[in-house]
Amino acid sequence: MSHSVVVVDAVRTPFGKSGSLYAGTRADDLMVRVVRGLLERNPKLSPADIDDVAIAAATQTGDQGMNLGRSVALLAGLPVTVPGYSIDRWCAGALTAVTTISGSIALGAYDFAIAGGVEHMGNHPIGDGLDPNPRYLAEKIVEQDALAMGATAERLHDRFPTLTKERADRYALNSQMKTAAAYAAGKIQRDLIPTAARSVELGWAIATVDEPPRPSTTLEGLAGLKTPFRPAGRVTAGNSSGINDGATAAILANEEKARALGLTVKARLVSFAFAGVEPEIMGYGPVPATIKALAKAGLSIGDIGLFEINEAFAVQVLAFLEHFGIADDAANVNPFGGAIAVGHPLASSGVRLILNLARSFEDHPEVRYGMTTMCIGLGMGGTVIWENPHFNGSTKAGK
Amino acid sequence: MTTSSITLPDGAPEEVVTHALVRDVDLSAFGFNGNLALITLDNGQDHNRPNTFGAKSLASLDAAITDALSRKPVAIAITGKPFIFAAGADLSALAFLSKREQSLAIGKLGHDVFRRLGEIDVPTFAFINGLALGGGLEAGLHCTYRTVATTAFTGLPEVFLGLVPGWGGATLLPKLIGPERAVQVIILNALNNNTMMKAKDALALGVADAVFEPADFLERSIAFAAKVLSGDKKIERPDYSNDPAWESALAKGKAAAHKKYGGADIAAPTRALKLIADARTATRSSGFDAEDVALADLVMTDALRSSLYAFNLIQKKRKKVEGAPKPALGRKVAKVGVVGAGLMASQLALVMVRNLKCPVVMTDLDQARVDKGVAWVHGELAKLVEKKRMSAETAGRLTGLVTGSVDQKVFATADFVIEAIFEELSLKQELFKNLEKIVTPECVIATNTSSLSVEAMTQGLEHPERVIGFHFFNPVAIMPLLEIARTTKTDDATTATAVFVGKELKKTMVITKDSPGFVVNRLLTRFMGEVTDAMDEGTPADVADNAMRSVGLPMSPFELLGLVGPGVALHVAETLHKNLGPRYRISPTMQRLVKENVKAFYIKNEDGGYIPNPAAVALIEKGTSPSTGEQVRMRALNALAEEARMMLDEGVVSTPAEIDICMLLGAGWPMILGGILPYLDREGVSEAVCGKRFHEKGVASLP
Repeated sequence: MSHSVVVVDAVRTPFGKSGSLYAGTRADDLMVRVVRGLLERNPKLSPADIDDVAIAAATQTGDQGMNLGRSVALLAGLPVTVPGYSIDRWCAGALTAVTTISGSIALGAYDFAIAGGVEHMGNHPIGDGLDPNPRYLAEKIVEQDALAMGATAERLHDRFPTLTKERADRYALNSQMKTAAAYAAGKIQRDLIPTAARSVELGWAIATVDEPPRPSTTLEGLAGLKTPFRPAGRVTAGNSSGINDGATAAILANEEKARALGLTVKARLVSFAFAGVEPEIMGYGPVPATIKALAKAGLSIGDIGLFEINEAFAVQVLAFLEHFGIADDAANVNPFGGAIAVGHPLASSGVRLILNLARSFEDHPEVRYGMTTMCIGLGMGGTVIWENPHFNGSTKAGK
Repeated sequence: MTTSSITLPDGAPEEVVTHALVRDVDLSAFGFNGNLALITLDNGQDHNRPNTFGAKSLASLDAAITDALSRKPVAIAITGKPFIFAAGADLSALAFLSKREQSLAIGKLGHDVFRRLGEIDVPTFAFINGLALGGGLEAGLHCTYRTVATTAFTGLPEVFLGLVPGWGGATLLPKLIGPERAVQVIILNALNNNTMMKAKDALALGVADAVFEPADFLERSIAFAAKVLSGDKKIERPDYSNDPAWESALAKGKAAAHKKYGGADIAAPTRALKLIADARTATRSSGFDAEDVALADLVMTDALRSSLYAFNLIQKKRKKVEGAPKPALGRKVAKVGVVGAGLMASQLALVMVRNLKCPVVMTDLDQARVDKGVAWVHGELAKLVEKKRMSAETAGRLTGLVTGSVDQKVFATADFVIEAIFEELSLKQELFKNLEKIVTPECVIATNTSSLSVEAMTQGLEHPERVIGFHFFNPVAIMPLLEIARTTKTDDATTATAVFVGKELKKTMVITKDSPGFVVNRLLTRFMGEVTDAMDEGTPADVADNAMRSVGLPMSPFELLGLVGPGVALHVAETLHKNLGPRYRISPTMQRLVKENVKAFYIKNEDGGYIPNPAAVALIEKGTSPSTGEQVRMRALNALAEEARMMLDEGVVSTPAEIDICMLLGAGWPMILGGILPYLDREGVSEAVCGKRFHEKGVASLP
């Protein structure tokens, strides 16, 4: 009794630099804004028909607590009959919200649902309030490096000596340039929900574009940045994602029901998988996750025509590309740039990958399959394979 | 702009400056090419200290408008901080203005700044995200368009305070929404206890052009602005200058003001109505100039200073009960007993159950009375559900909490028992003796007596320390005052418990000595006695009754008498006569009215107006030494001053302010009198009668 699961629409707030744009804005308010903007864009879907609201956050206290899913549903003015839950898989929170909701739709339990995520890293710095079990280190379950994400990225450089700092910097520059080009072409703004942000000192702002991108980035500039995670290291603020605030949300649906309502269909779920790796090299996670997801779909890497991979660190993307024999500057990888440019508000990023992929599908009807993938702290990866509903080719691969 | 010419008068508190901050909003995300300059009003404090406009705040807004214009925007919008747009002029400075020129300058400064919002050559929008009162709403009225958040309350309370909407409101609002609705907002709402508009009212009245939910109010307001700018959204502005309703609307406003002030022509509504009338043909400039003059005239009156004093007093006394023991001394109240099931007792039961939400048990002499009382309370709860002021679920819960019995043993588990039986000392003494055998030693026994000695009721009791006076005003649910009378034996735990209950009932409390009539009835009865006395001496009834018209009391003495009922009034007069002395007169006319069961001096005639009641007129004592109206007025005012001074000397209450708050909230006397003592001071009565003022000059009067 498997039902076809589709993405109807996906949106996000403009992302901010922590301590800046949204310093005076609550995380739950960001999430509420996105949900309201999403529903306003899709008036054919009656809010009362939403079967569930799954919202991710990596830290679930304070303004990201109180069972965000339910709390956001109430604050967004959804009918009280619409339930909600919160979900956590650190950076893959929203991606897991999507896969979990998709499972429920495929099963027939749900027809329409909202999946999304938020992270206000200004209010909730990474690792804030954590209390790692002393056994981790005492019993060498993980090494110290596994608990600091920057250190895991350095370890990935150690593991794969061919992934040099120079390659990482070049990749980062390319991400900034792709993002600048996508902005110039208006590819990104269309899925940003204008969001009010208060500042006692400056007055209200209406955010309409991402704050983090640095289109003036140069290779020379990148080369001169400090390596905060170890002396003579390779990981810098320039070839990593930043510390950001933002929220994302998508409408997922049973395809048949979505088409009956006349809703848009932007991507169709094919398969997904999560897989673990040694926590010290968590950035390698997308490789085993992708192998697993491809196997479940009966596809090979050659069948995938578009990739959206989260750029927590440039090295982690390079490790993935190198494994699958894809060029560092492949045009079909993150065509609008990635997290190094626009930011990575942890648990929200999964849906950003999906909304970018959905837009690329529109641009590339000759592509049949695409993939969203990301690495996850404590050594995991998550991959979701999607089919392009606009596909107009005839071959199975359809590249 | 020369804002530097305005300096704060000596003694005025430092202005909490509301900063006006400008940012650009790119409208391309909203489908329109161009930037909107968004001005945020924010004083940097939370919503408990709303944005206000003093001289520095106005200067900040002025600079922000200049800054906004320099950005070459397609539109300028103004909004507030969370929950607050702006609550109006900075009133704290107003009370310190000592020169007319200062007042005139403040009015002009507000106009000079606000009018730019209506006269610059780009469209302006007010995004009223929260509370917008007085000058706050007026800033919005200068804008070309207004959006209002569904949760925002708006209003023009100036006339309520004794002012006029003098920063453009009195001129702009009638032009914007027409005479009828402008009179509604500026006069009727203000005089009706400062009623504010909900967002849907503001929309229906035409004050708001669009209403949006607060969750994304600002974003949707900007989307609205983009639609207006692109022409997708058209807002019609009718011309009201030939509206047929001008005269009737103004007449309606005048009638409302007369009703509020007992027929007196009071300056604020009169001036406001004149400005509204002029708005029909006045240019903006001439209207604004007239507003400046009206504002300066009013600010430089004792009436306005008294009003500001009263306004602040009401805010302050609501929070703090003078002389209350530490709250920690109070005991928990989880069950209430009400002795009696008559109308007063039933009102007490209703207000107790609604606010304390605990079991309330009523007793009376027989089952029929008990059943009637309980049924009345249940019926009132049902009415609240019908009016959608209470959920059926809550009403169900509260209905179940109110029960009755003919057996007072039901009070055995009560924590607070209040009696509202007939006003007869011996009956109450007997009742309390019986109650003491039933209730626990800690149970508070309260009496709603209006004039008897509470201490006398405790005679022979084993625990007189838990007896206290708890005097409500009719109608109990509406009148905000509660007089709490301590006897010499009442202990702190009992008083603290009574204050706790009063707080739960949301009453403003004044703790008084156990003295006949406490504050309100003592003053009202003394005052009434002088008027009836004058009538009994031969002053024509209408002369005696109309003698007080010019003061501005909400009711004439005989209208009040009709409301209270001659029986009750006479009974109180007799008690006070007995306990306080012969200056409390027993009127033979009143005795006859009671004997003949004539209820009122006025009766309603066919067209709804009131005419003298011939049955009452026939019973008036025929004296031979009539007074003039002015003589009656002075006599009554002199009596009030004398009595108030005696009360302070006796320590009934410790401060003049407590007497004023009692008259404001217990008698409904108007803020322009400051309660009563500021009025007696400014009329020279206090000094003539007592040799000194009640309040120092400047406290509730011009400095």
